Amino acid sequence: MRPAFSVIFFTVLSGAGLGLFALLAIVYLTGWSSAPGPAMHLVGGVLALALVAGGLLSSTLHLANPRNAWRAVTRFRTSWLSREGVLALLFFPVALGYLASVHLAWPSAWQTALGLAGIALAWAVLFSTGMIYACLKTIPQWHNRLVPAAYLVNGHLSGGLILLALAAADGKATGGYVALAAIALTVAGAIKWRYYRRFSATRAGTHSLASAVGMTAVQAKLLDVGHTHGTFLTQEFVFRLGRERARLLRWLFFLLSVLIPAIVLVAGTGNAWILGIAALLCLMGLLIERWLFFAEAQHVVRLFHGQQTV
Amino acid sequence: MKLGLVIDLDTCVGCHACAVACKEWNDGSRVAGPLPDYDARGAEPSGVWLNRIRHYEVGEYPESKTLNVPMSCMHCEDAACVTVCPTGASYKRTDGIVMVDPDKCMGCNYCSWACPYGARELDQNAGTMKKCTLCVDRIYSEDLPLAERQPACVLACPAHARMFGDFDDPGSAVSRKVRERAGFGMLPELGYSPVNRYLPPRKPPAIEIDAQAAPQTGLLERLQSLAAQLIRR
Repeated sequence: MRPAFSVIFFTVLSGAGLGLFALLAIVYLTGWSSAPGPAMHLVGGVLALALVAGGLLSSTLHLANPRNAWRAVTRFRTSWLSREGVLALLFFPVALGYLASVHLAWPSAWQTALGLAGIALAWAVLFSTGMIYACLKTIPQWHNRLVPAAYLVNGHLSGGLILLALAAADGKATGGYVALAAIALTVAGAIKWRYYRRFSATRAGTHSLASAVGMTAVQAKLLDVGHTHGTFLTQEFVFRLGRERARLLRWLFFLLSVLIPAIVLVAGTGNAWILGIAALLCLMGLLIERWLFFAEAQHVVRLFHGQQTV
Repeated sequence: MKLGLVIDLDTCVGCHACAVACKEWNDGSRVAGPLPDYDARGAEPSGVWLNRIRHYEVGEYPESKTLNVPMSCMHCEDAACVTVCPTGASYKRTDGIVMVDPDKCMGCNYCSWACPYGARELDQNAGTMKKCTLCVDRIYSEDLPLAERQPACVLACPAHARMFGDFDDPGSAVSRKVRERAGFGMLPELGYSPVNRYLPPRKPPAIEIDAQAAPQTGLLERLQSLAAQLIRR
């Protein structure tokens, strides 16, 4: 699949925002000894909403006819893309209400109710984003449980590192935040490791060109694709990525998003600048991961363009 | 109703007449058109086509055959493109035709990702998705003579390799043909129940081309061959 940069930025940024919001609300509502103070809570909450809003705006750049974007809320009963839109739009008022309830010192029942609703919506949006890809049977690399799991946990990884940096800047004891980030880091690394093992470059696909054109006993090969230059289909689906380059980018993702943050966590630094840079590097690694997620995905229409298996 | 096409892979000669007729009719159609071209007379010509023909070789020589495979929307019974469409622009009519309402489409490309057959192409000028309508503005037209109320591709095919009809009716010509020739739907394992059917090629007689069984030669040819061998030495 051709990597669409607007969608890559959208999912990485809004993922971090949603993860940050969920963790911030969890830490605040459970009343840790090192729970965020009012200033840090406000900065974290506003940053989370800004990331989500920036991501959503970026996603509209992907549309060829954005005038009709408002209609995307109408098919939430069948379409995961529509569900994501509806849930993201619901998330904003609830998250704003939660931030207001904390800062205007509304009764704690209000804070808890709005906070829990916000957390549930943040998780639901992340899950829906993953399901947008995972529900497509046409792309085997996407049609599996690891995909929504990765979207959920990657958001908490980047969000958790941002929250840790904020806590350090606020002068809080960082132990609990480090533990949260470490859990997200381990799970995120394990899920992507499993994903890359399962979809290694040498893997033979389950759908073959011969069976697609109705041949069960004999082989088939492409003689002529029927067009002189590219088409919408070759542009959108027939993206080519070298095996070595893919391998390099996979390692770069692990280095930036898993290894470097792990070293920073183990080193136990309380320096907010270093933690902030680690969070930024993690986001850069996730941009690479998301780019690869598209570039390595193979749509079955590639069969008809001559690929033997998908 | 379950309208769709039967395509005979045995008789299709791969001339692209169906694709050209499709392009011509639908470019001028108020339902599907216009179908833009990009850089049509330049170095990198491209454009929106609702029907594309690709050519394959199946089997190993000498039992090989060229297979010309026209592909357009299969009007799936369980159309994933309709399920995933977030705006409701993609819909399935009661007669089985899968359509796009350009007034609702936001051009997100998601339906094209869900389609395994490459049947949907984005119109970059209008920003909306384009696809085969089974020439809905021909088959129900009251202005056309009865014999011409068929998809443009079916009428254009010089090999009569394309048929249009209702698969819900077991007595229809398309249903009979599919039964007789064991017509198949593409990529059934994905579970979208494509309606269009392809008739597999009949088994071609193998042509005897064996070095040992070379054509019997007369005395003159044998002498010539002997001379050629002597001269080479």
